[in-house]
Amino acid sequence: MPLPRHLAQMQIEIEGYARDYGLDLFTTIYELIDYRQMAEIASYEGFPVRYPHWRFGMEYDRMMKSQAYGLSKIYELVINTDPCYAYLLEGNSLVDQKLVMCHVSGHCDFFKHNRFFSHTDRKMIDGMANHASRVRRHMDRHGVDPVEAFIDTCHSIDNLIDPWLPFRANLADEKGGARSNPIREPSGEVPINIGRLSSDRSYLDDYLNPPEFIEEQRKRALQEREQAKKIPPRPERDLLGFLLMHAPLEPWEADVLGIIREEAYYFLPQRQTKIMNEGWATYWHSKLMTTRALRDDEVIDYAEAASGVTAMAPNQLNPYKIGVELYRDIEERWDTGKFGKQWDECDDQQAKEEWDLQLNLGKSKIFEVRRLYNDVTFIDEFFTMDFCRRHKFFTFAENRRTGRAEIETREFKKVKEQMLQQLTNFGQPFIYVVDANDHNRGELLLAHRHEGIDLKLGYARDTLRNLVRIWKRPVSLLTIIDDKAKRIRFDGTEITVSEEKAAWKLT
Amino acid sequence: MISRIEKDHRRFREIVRGRIRENLRRYVSRGDMISRKGKETVSIPMPQIDIPRFVHGSNKGKGVGQGDGDPGDAVEQGEGEGDGSGKAGEGEGQKAVEVEVTLDELAAIMGEELGLPRIEPRGSQNLETVKDRYVGLRTTGPESLRHFKATFKRALRRQIAMGTYDPQRPIIVPIREDKRYRSWKSDPKPQSNALIIYMMDVSGSMGDEQKEIVRIESFWIDTWLRSQYKGIESRYIIHDATAREVEREVFFSTRESGGTMISSAYRMAVELIEREFDPSNWNIYAFHFSDGDNWSVDDTAACIKLLREQLLPACNQFGYGQVESPYGSGQFIKDLRSAFGDEELLITSEVKTKDDIMDSIRDFLKGGR
Repeated sequence: MPLPRHLAQMQIEIEGYARDYGLDLFTTIYELIDYRQMAEIASYEGFPVRYPHWRFGMEYDRMMKSQAYGLSKIYELVINTDPCYAYLLEGNSLVDQKLVMCHVSGHCDFFKHNRFFSHTDRKMIDGMANHASRVRRHMDRHGVDPVEAFIDTCHSIDNLIDPWLPFRANLADEKGGARSNPIREPSGEVPINIGRLSSDRSYLDDYLNPPEFIEEQRKRALQEREQAKKIPPRPERDLLGFLLMHAPLEPWEADVLGIIREEAYYFLPQRQTKIMNEGWATYWHSKLMTTRALRDDEVIDYAEAASGVTAMAPNQLNPYKIGVELYRDIEERWDTGKFGKQWDECDDQQAKEEWDLQLNLGKSKIFEVRRLYNDVTFIDEFFTMDFCRRHKFFTFAENRRTGRAEIETREFKKVKEQMLQQLTNFGQPFIYVVDANDHNRGELLLAHRHEGIDLKLGYARDTLRNLVRIWKRPVSLLTIIDDKAKRIRFDGTEITVSEEKAAWKLT
Repeated sequence: MISRIEKDHRRFREIVRGRIRENLRRYVSRGDMISRKGKETVSIPMPQIDIPRFVHGSNKGKGVGQGDGDPGDAVEQGEGEGDGSGKAGEGEGQKAVEVEVTLDELAAIMGEELGLPRIEPRGSQNLETVKDRYVGLRTTGPESLRHFKATFKRALRRQIAMGTYDPQRPIIVPIREDKRYRSWKSDPKPQSNALIIYMMDVSGSMGDEQKEIVRIESFWIDTWLRSQYKGIESRYIIHDATAREVEREVFFSTRESGGTMISSAYRMAVELIEREFDPSNWNIYAFHFSDGDNWSVDDTAACIKLLREQLLPACNQFGYGQVESPYGSGQFIKDLRSAFGDEELLITSEVKTKDDIMDSIRDFLKGGR
């Protein structure tokens, strides 16, 4: 449905303000939809069409219920495509629509310029529709139940991908890295080069190339070759890609797994930049609304809506709020020059408070930040002690005795550590594929890089079960349980947990 | 045409139904559904529907927050999220998945699983309930039913007609003739009504586990019968050596000591029926739970007499469930069985553990009476 005229005009007005401030958007197409459609599209993560699956129905169930009870309302929805699609909720007040358009402008600029989005498929609407029709075709041919069950299995491992894969040069071929699924490559034998030094005086040979050394080199090279013959040569995080290449899959299964993988990589940058992206959009709706777009009679309504967005529950981080506060802090610091060696080394509290070098670099700095950072690097670099104290951050932990969450400390180092831990790999464990021929019996070996928190064991067991359905041979996982190195193995009928001599380390 | 999401949604509900059916026995014996009961729905924890992934286990409730307070102060539990967003850095799958189903749906699932026949109500045609509906306005009535808007409209109209209305000072004073009241119509509706009398032995030999079994079983019986009848009355009688009628909450929480005279409860049930519920109009169900350790042979004989002459003729069905208790002899069920043989109206069932609840429910309800 085309946008009503007053909203179309509003869009032109607001995008004009956005451009004046230097935002650079994809062409944005707004659609006005009712709350039911909004719930539908939100269940499909912003897309009009996805492959058929009950998970989307479950999400829809939840959303319709929470809307009916008035627990939540989806204000805005925007997807990373070019042109960029955004949805407005029918029946929202004009102030709300204005706010949403300002907010969407921020997201749209972010999608276009943040480097983590640079490898995503901007024609994903077509991509998703294509995936949907492929899955439907498989269902027609092989029956709904087996295809659905296989999708369930794939969902169970869809977090096992490598966030850096899209950026690795050798894999990022012209079609764009992770987007195109891997193809088996033939491997050729390469002669061993052990770096023997040549000399025309043969009597020097033993001195130039001592036999023990040469022998050692040969051994090492052989070992390396053995290593290279191993599959995978080095531990690998892109389990989905690995299975696609090496697991005994039916053609339709491989196609479905490939679809799940492509979509997982497509959504990855959004999970990597939640704070930054929401913070950026919030920064800009606030800026655009308060400096340009807002009319006098809309102030109260705006204030109410805006405060709802950045409301902070005490025991959770609101990405909108922490994001916008960080951008504002950066802008202020770079405007006044509160950064660099001189600032860091200044001990004079008085001088620090009055510090103002009038550099006015704030604006260009935040634009640079939105281009180059993701949540982890953003927090790592710009979450300062000063910021932590001013915004009253603390860590909390559950008191064993009372079972309630209590403030643990306000110490900057601990707060930051906890925050980074929650963000690193989205708070999920690092899992590697180590060997496709474990015990020389074609068993799959995975390993968990233990960073202080054990795996949820019930889930790990069930995930192994699902992996066996794909690998069709036993699958093991090395991990640490209660400080002891363990191997969890599923052989198709039985789960066993056994002791390991030493904990697995990534080499 | 139905939309794609509706197909996905329907598929989801199908799966939920299937999972509940598969696991009904476990849900029933655990009894955790009862505590999650809302007015018309129950939410059922359904971890099986969650997709397992490699995720971190408990991080001991750790996290980062923002706000005032000193170390050691409690952090308030926040409600709701800002604008439908996720929470920063929180791992997925931390909350157990819960699915909501209506009690009717649940009853239907149980009916399917246990193969319970639908109940043919008796005496429904004689009984009418009257339902009042507000349909219009009239000029007389109690002040509590005064229709504010209509009254003021009448007053405004009158004042304009009389020329006493001043737009500059728009004061409207209704007088008696202006007043309008809501009026109602009474719709008689035929209704099938049912009464369930729950009786429980609360003598010292009935422990917490026995009571839990009774609680769970009566919840499911309730749910099933409610899905079969429009209106249901439930009454609760507890007894040791004497009986008294109590509220639902008291019924499940009382623990008394002392002896057991089952006849006291039966006598009270008979009185209750005579006093309030005419058996020709009501579908009466009585369930009695005990550990079967009655005080004396004489009392058991009195029970049998009460059942034969008064209770069974009045009831659609009388169910006796005997739980196992370490102290009880469990003689009562044997006495009943030998006295009544294969009398259809009296159903006896032994519930040794929570796992037997399902079978016991089936025993009680399979007759379709």
